Amino acid sequence: MSSTEPVKQLTDHLFRNEAKKMVAVLTKIFGTENLQTAEDVVQDTLLHAMQVWKFKGIPDNPSAWLFRVAKNKAIDIIRRNKHSVQFDFSDSEKILLTSEYTVNSAMENLWKEELIKDDLLRMMFACCHPQISEENQETLILKTLCGFSTIEIAKAFLTSEETISKRLYRTKEFFREHKIKLLIPSIDQIKNRTDAVLNSIYLLFNEGYNSTNSEELIRKDVMEEAMMLCKLLTQNKHTQLPEVYALMALMYFHSARSDSRLTADGEIILLPMQDRKKWDDGMIEKGNEYMGRAAFGDVISSYHLQAAIAYEHCSAQNFKETNWERILNYYEWLCNISDSPVNELNKIVAFMEVHGPEKALTELEIIKGKKKLESYYLYHSLLGEIYSRLHNIAKAKICFESAIKLTHSETERKMLKNKILALLN
Amino acid sequence: MKEYLFLFRGGDMPLSPEESQAHMQRWMQWMGDLGKQGKFVGAQPLNKTGKQVIGNKKMVTDGPFMEGKEMVGGYLICKAGSLDEAVEISKGCPLLEFESGIVEVREIQELKM
Repeated sequence: MSSTEPVKQLTDHLFRNEAKKMVAVLTKIFGTENLQTAEDVVQDTLLHAMQVWKFKGIPDNPSAWLFRVAKNKAIDIIRRNKHSVQFDFSDSEKILLTSEYTVNSAMENLWKEELIKDDLLRMMFACCHPQISEENQETLILKTLCGFSTIEIAKAFLTSEETISKRLYRTKEFFREHKIKLLIPSIDQIKNRTDAVLNSIYLLFNEGYNSTNSEELIRKDVMEEAMMLCKLLTQNKHTQLPEVYALMALMYFHSARSDSRLTADGEIILLPMQDRKKWDDGMIEKGNEYMGRAAFGDVISSYHLQAAIAYEHCSAQNFKETNWERILNYYEWLCNISDSPVNELNKIVAFMEVHGPEKALTELEIIKGKKKLESYYLYHSLLGEIYSRLHNIAKAKICFESAIKLTHSETERKMLKNKILALLN
Repeated sequence: MKEYLFLFRGGDMPLSPEESQAHMQRWMQWMGDLGKQGKFVGAQPLNKTGKQVIGNKKMVTDGPFMEGKEMVGGYLICKAGSLDEAVEISKGCPLLEFESGIVEVREIQELKM
């Protein structure tokens, strides 16, 4: 590790965390129709920080430093655009931005720490506006509220970087045309609107859990960030829905196991081989706590079921004692209520543990969404696993090789190569 | 509702940084209240530098910018129901914390269409 590496890690974490706050506040200031302006200010601010910090070191309060630079840049933009009608400052909290007497204080007031949580929440809901398609909503959340690069988002969606750029462009166009206000949705809309937000949060979490970064499998900061966004929903009385708590529980159960998933060299350790003593009891406890809070209302969401599955894994003493029947049961339920090819795939994993590889192979041949799954490495990896259990070494090897071609992750590739080696022994 | 122009004169007293900040906070408060009531239209301070252009010969001079207390230092435009109400509003102006501060309140003529 080079000497600049810890600085880079610190700034990555800090930048990701502060960027979304800055985008949310700046979008509140300039309006969603000027989201690009908000993003540009944040980008300039981070670039400026990198240049200055390289020479002067990281300041004592880096977050305050970034906010101050962003505020000044925002004021510069307001001054430059004084005579244009580009910004709508007509509402009372923003109108004082138009006067030199008050622009500094008014700007300061808009950045108050206690407001930022709600700004983020409003931003999340703007990203999830019902007239924006679900995939565009999620793409924008991952980009603006989580600081993801287009390539990272592309993998999460099993699509190309170009597609992601187009989605972002279209959503910004939508904001420009409709001047969407930053609001917490009304009671009758909150349920649907929260679903889309949860969806994106879970995608983000998985992005961290399964990381696209070829150098480093688990990026805890990404997982933490997803949990932070979800926590925001648990803290606002309008968004405290059962499924919000269920997702929180699910993410805690997954996080609890994240340390045991990798060797010191960053190689993947599969579930049967994981050292269960490394599982974080504190996090499992937290997960249970949220699970308890999720048990109200009349909805069993996919998060309730996924959390129940994760809990089964967490509570099994060892791999052999895993209650696969119950897990299969949950997966069947899950596949009935949600249309996800990846869930179908996971169901077959549980199915194989219960009914054996031969029947699993038949199931996999008739799997829903097969066409989409065939471009996904896990499909081929599972097929390889099935053939391996059926002692069809040649076919298993072909499948693992296809899987290797389809993953961008170095660690996943290595794990698959190890599976091939194990076949030959 | 009519629009009124407030011309700010004088009141230019040296203040410590803390006093100055507290003072600006009161401007913020005063104008913020107008904003909340939907009465704020606009306001800007003026720089001290400037020229005068005089008469049909268009003679340009530096100043005369008189004494500090006679120089217009800034303006605000607000909405009010009457001149009396505008005058009441102007009494909240933090410029009047200074003995030399003057707020001139003028009704803006409406465009007759």
